Amino acid sequence: MKGKKINCVITFFIFIGSLFILFPLYLSITTALKTPQELAESRLAFPVGLHFENFITAIKMTDFFNALRNSLIITVSAVSITILTNSMVAYAIARNMHKKFYKGLYFYFVSAMFIPFPIIMLPIVKQTHAMGMDNPIGIIFLYIVYGLAFNIFVYVGYIKSIPLDMEEAAIIDGASTWVVFWKVIFPLLAPMNATLGILASLWIWNDFMLPLILLTRRSMMTLPLVQFVFRSQFTTEYNLAFASYLMALAPMIIVFLFAQRWIISGVTRGSIK
Amino acid sequence: MERYKGKYAYLLMTIPAFLLFFIFHTYPALNGIFYSFTNWRGFGDWDFVGIRNYLNVFKDSRALDAYFFTFKFAVFSTIIVNILSLTIALGLNAAIKFKNYFRALYFFPNILSILIIGFIFNYIFGKIIPPVAQSLGIEFLSRNILGNPDLAWFGVVIVAVWQASAFNTIIYLAGLQTIPEELYEASFIDGAGKWKNFWNITFPLIAPFFTINMVLAMKGFLQAFAIIMALTGGGPGRATESISLIIYRGGLQGGEFAYQSANAVIFLIFLVTISLLQIRFLQKREVQL
Repeated sequence: MKGKKINCVITFFIFIGSLFILFPLYLSITTALKTPQELAESRLAFPVGLHFENFITAIKMTDFFNALRNSLIITVSAVSITILTNSMVAYAIARNMHKKFYKGLYFYFVSAMFIPFPIIMLPIVKQTHAMGMDNPIGIIFLYIVYGLAFNIFVYVGYIKSIPLDMEEAAIIDGASTWVVFWKVIFPLLAPMNATLGILASLWIWNDFMLPLILLTRRSMMTLPLVQFVFRSQFTTEYNLAFASYLMALAPMIIVFLFAQRWIISGVTRGSIK
Repeated sequence: MERYKGKYAYLLMTIPAFLLFFIFHTYPALNGIFYSFTNWRGFGDWDFVGIRNYLNVFKDSRALDAYFFTFKFAVFSTIIVNILSLTIALGLNAAIKFKNYFRALYFFPNILSILIIGFIFNYIFGKIIPPVAQSLGIEFLSRNILGNPDLAWFGVVIVAVWQASAFNTIIYLAGLQTIPEELYEASFIDGAGKWKNFWNITFPLIAPFFTINMVLAMKGFLQAFAIIMALTGGGPGRATESISLIIYRGGLQGGEFAYQSANAVIFLIFLVTISLLQIRFLQKREVQL
């Protein structure tokens, strides 16, 4: 592609297309900054003054910082434990695929990718309630377990491509299987840890289904769930609603602005594997 | 190599995961299948009722409508998403200005919560498009299409496409980058046009990516839940109720635990069948191309 001259026609169409992506965001920002009177005059125009008080009201109404804290705790703990544990399970499976038990285990986990969540949804509500797990700790636990199917699939594929030489050298030096995994293999998994960490973060941070069925107490709710619960209270106060939506989207948008290259290359790596 | 010690370590690494997965994934699924043969409402006593729940699902117009809507929505969304994202990926892979900037922007919808996207589009369909369409004299858009039982499903398709295209574009882009440039140069010497190049070189070489995208997109759309909750709530009436939505509502709020469990088992079979058919059909095509 180097040295080719810029294709203006395609650039133009790509630019037009990008407006469709930006429009909802433009609308959210301008609506959130308007007063109800301004909104009544024109829904599309740029706001006259910047009414940040909408954000303050929305923060108070939805107890934003509490929901933010819940979302952060759930996502950060679930994702980090997922990476540490799922990679280890995958390592044990990948290095023993010639044995029936581990091969069976591999297909057991991976086939679960085809099981739709609704068949688990009703029983898991009863089960987590009976076990006292209908709270953030319980939901963290479920995310780690439910991630196994996809993560084992990707990790095992990647670990198989890592040559055995280094492990064998470490074993000859007297290292145990645990030490081999943590000191030799886990560092080599860094690119896949990043990829699966990004995908898990996007899933857990934005997930609506599990919080909806498990987190019934308001103090435990995550950001998306809070938006859902408070929607009826905003009624026609669109400026407040949009201020609230925008704040719920903001953490991920900020992360994306700073790490977009890393995120996109991580997701791309996952798709080629 | 001394593997004796290692044997126990490998078991210790996998057995806990196996047990937890069984307790929190396999067991509830089996439990759901078990209750589908009972008349449990989610509380109180229950009796075995054989396959009555299953027979009733096939007679239940609400369930059948949900299957019809979900399938129609998923098929349209899958096709539109794949055509659109392949087109965008070709554009982003071409010699354009601000390439990296546009790539990031086109991926942007993928990081957002579909629930909140649904809320924003609910407002766009309800408050932004109608007045604009009225002033332009476009009849069918001058009222909220989400309020129209015949058109609401297409509103859901539009929002699904808006978000899902981002992920599929990235996968197609990854696929396009695996194609060596020399192939095009050789075909350029042969005098092949752009259109011919696409069908003879590009499309066959990204066939595996096409398969993955078609299967994953379809599977995702068939399970649509948050997008419906945010955009239409299943309405107007019951026009846009998805299968996941009626299982959730009937099972957890309507006292139909056993009945909706039977529905979920049917849904499982439905989903797996479609995915397997897709994989077989598309992989056969990969070989032929």
